[in-house]
Amino acid sequence: MTSGRSLLALGASLAVGIATQAAAVTLTIATVNNGDMIRMQRLAGDFRRQHPDIELQWVTLEENLLRQRVTIDVATQSGQYDVVTVGNYEVPIWAAQGWLVPLDDLGEDFAGDDLLPAIGESLSYEDKLYAAPFYAESALTVYRTDLFEKAGISMPDNPTWSFIRSAAEKLTDRESGTYGLCLRGKAGWGENMALVSTLVHSWGGRWFDMKWRPQLDSRQWQDAVSFYVDLLRNYGPPGASTNGFNENLALFQAGKCGIWIDASVAASFVTDPRQSTVADRVGFALFPTHGKLQNHGNWLWAWSFVVPAASTHVAAAKIFIEWATGQAYMRLAAAESGWAGVPPGTRQSLYASREYRQAAPFADIVLRSIQAADTHQPAVQPVPYVGGNFVSIAPYQGIGTVVGQQLSAAVAGQIPAREALAKAQYIAEREMTRARYLD
Amino acid sequence: MASIRNRATAQLALSPAVILLLVWMAIPLAMTLWYSFHDYQLLMPRGNAFVGFENYVYFLTDPAFLQSIGNTFVLVGSVLVITVAGGIGLALLLDQPLYGQGIVRVLIVSPFFVMPTVSALVWKNMFMNPVKGLFAWLAQVFGVAAVDWLAQVPLLSLTLIVAWGWLPFATLILLTSLQSLDTEQKEAAAMDGAGAVARFVHITLPHLARAVTVVILIQTIFLLSLFAEIFVTTNGGPGTQSTNLAYLVYSQALLRFDVGSASAGGVVAVILANILAIFLMRLVGRNLEV
Repeated sequence: MTSGRSLLALGASLAVGIATQAAAVTLTIATVNNGDMIRMQRLAGDFRRQHPDIELQWVTLEENLLRQRVTIDVATQSGQYDVVTVGNYEVPIWAAQGWLVPLDDLGEDFAGDDLLPAIGESLSYEDKLYAAPFYAESALTVYRTDLFEKAGISMPDNPTWSFIRSAAEKLTDRESGTYGLCLRGKAGWGENMALVSTLVHSWGGRWFDMKWRPQLDSRQWQDAVSFYVDLLRNYGPPGASTNGFNENLALFQAGKCGIWIDASVAASFVTDPRQSTVADRVGFALFPTHGKLQNHGNWLWAWSFVVPAASTHVAAAKIFIEWATGQAYMRLAAAESGWAGVPPGTRQSLYASREYRQAAPFADIVLRSIQAADTHQPAVQPVPYVGGNFVSIAPYQGIGTVVGQQLSAAVAGQIPAREALAKAQYIAEREMTRARYLD
Repeated sequence: MASIRNRATAQLALSPAVILLLVWMAIPLAMTLWYSFHDYQLLMPRGNAFVGFENYVYFLTDPAFLQSIGNTFVLVGSVLVITVAGGIGLALLLDQPLYGQGIVRVLIVSPFFVMPTVSALVWKNMFMNPVKGLFAWLAQVFGVAAVDWLAQVPLLSLTLIVAWGWLPFATLILLTSLQSLDTEQKEAAAMDGAGAVARFVHITLPHLARAVTVVILIQTIFLLSLFAEIFVTTNGGPGTQSTNLAYLVYSQALLRFDVGSASAGGVVAVILANILAIFLMRLVGRNLEV
């Protein structure tokens, strides 16, 4: 009898539980497993306090896996996710297909006109904002001040590639396991190709001419790529062909790299004494230029939130995005991990704030890098595409992937750079023909 | 009469399983076939038009295609050679009475229970890493240059990793087969003056033939679709040096989001696997009938 009653009670409480669940909205949020996003999940308690009727369900994935899941979900309009984390590569392509909900009506705290112009522009399609940036980055040069001092050289504020080469040569000391230069070598359009695209743009090259013919067989590509391969093979760490952003970050933090040229978001990680052994010996400079060209390559990337058009909780999704990318979140993050660790690169007000400028010695150079990035005119020659560290057209994922594989093989010493580029050119032409850009 | 009714009942009882199996296999296969003749690129929706053999042409002329076929066979072949030869050797050793037999056998078999992704990660980061790996440390101790295994000899490295995982399986099957060998036969042969080598070649090996066939058959089925180890360690690279057919199909589908040509690749892989299966089944049939 007692057991029967307690069963009944259990049933009743279950029913109540289900009823409250049904009243609340559950947002499914797909995001990348980067440090800033993980912290956002920790801070999400604040959001739940403000909006007890919105439950959050996180799907946190590694970058490549995230891209696969999310692309399939959005392209097939299956509506599994309500908020999705993507970069500025996807935003204009997906918006053009009508797969995204416009975000030009976010609340007051989001303050769209506070966004850095370069960022807002890169997330818009036909002058409408389709994504809210969580953090953004350009590229810069990170170096070890102590090693430079020991070698008797000093890093200019605006280095050239030939200076980087001579410095890397002087800093390399294989006996003690110090490598002059760490660069991305791991194959992938978001890995080595982000760096190589930026490098080639700074070298005066371009991906496509105005008729969409791939230019990988041009002299600029040949020169830039053989320079890159040569640098890594002579002054890079062993196994450079499998090093991506995270691997190089670990190497630099462990004191193995003299110079590291990569995404500007690295700045807050290498200066954080809790994770970096060289935190107090780091200097910053702009992304290198080539010869007389004053082109820093125009790397611009913004991890952003979008709402797929197939989502059934658009209103709640917008409330969440406003919380995560708004101005209040900056203060929340600062309260938790200090101003230097706030998601960088998106807001003018952040770079204007005295607290941030004091806490983050790299604030100025990051801001300059981002402001200098012109994704609409990344090369000296005219281009038909948008993007500095990528090309914002649908077939680029395929092209970048295979070209990245070839260049990674060149860095590994399996094939000469010239041969890698010849193959890459052939593959790029094939893919562009298949995508109907070429006849 | 009774037997006919029995058979009908038996067929009726079997039908759910058979139908389920058919549905499970036929529907995905039919969908793959359908997609393989249509233009279906996730990022470039163009109305899924019928394109004839375009997907097949693109897949078969992919610069990585021939290499991937070659890599598939090299991987399957070399892993088979290592596991069968090593398996026979280990089985012979384990068949000897020795102290702590039970523990030794458990230890020998245990690699088979390690998940492929886990073992691949351990190999990649703890053994083959050119800076902090065990092999690099050994090379340093002996004063030779460290080898960057996964970049310089990707196929060999993969073969080692996969063979390590499959060796216990071969050993286990071959050991049970060895234990069923009648010792009297061997003793009689020894009394007739046959040496150890002659006994091995003329008695043990023929007895093991069936077990070896089973090992080859089962391993081939699994090794043809080898993926996890490649995905975790080399990502098919450097370049496409360690891309096999399964990885190539994956890269079409999930790195280029080209469902059409990935489906065409899937169909090509099925056809190739069937050709291989025909040969293998003949081999097995001959061996198992004896």
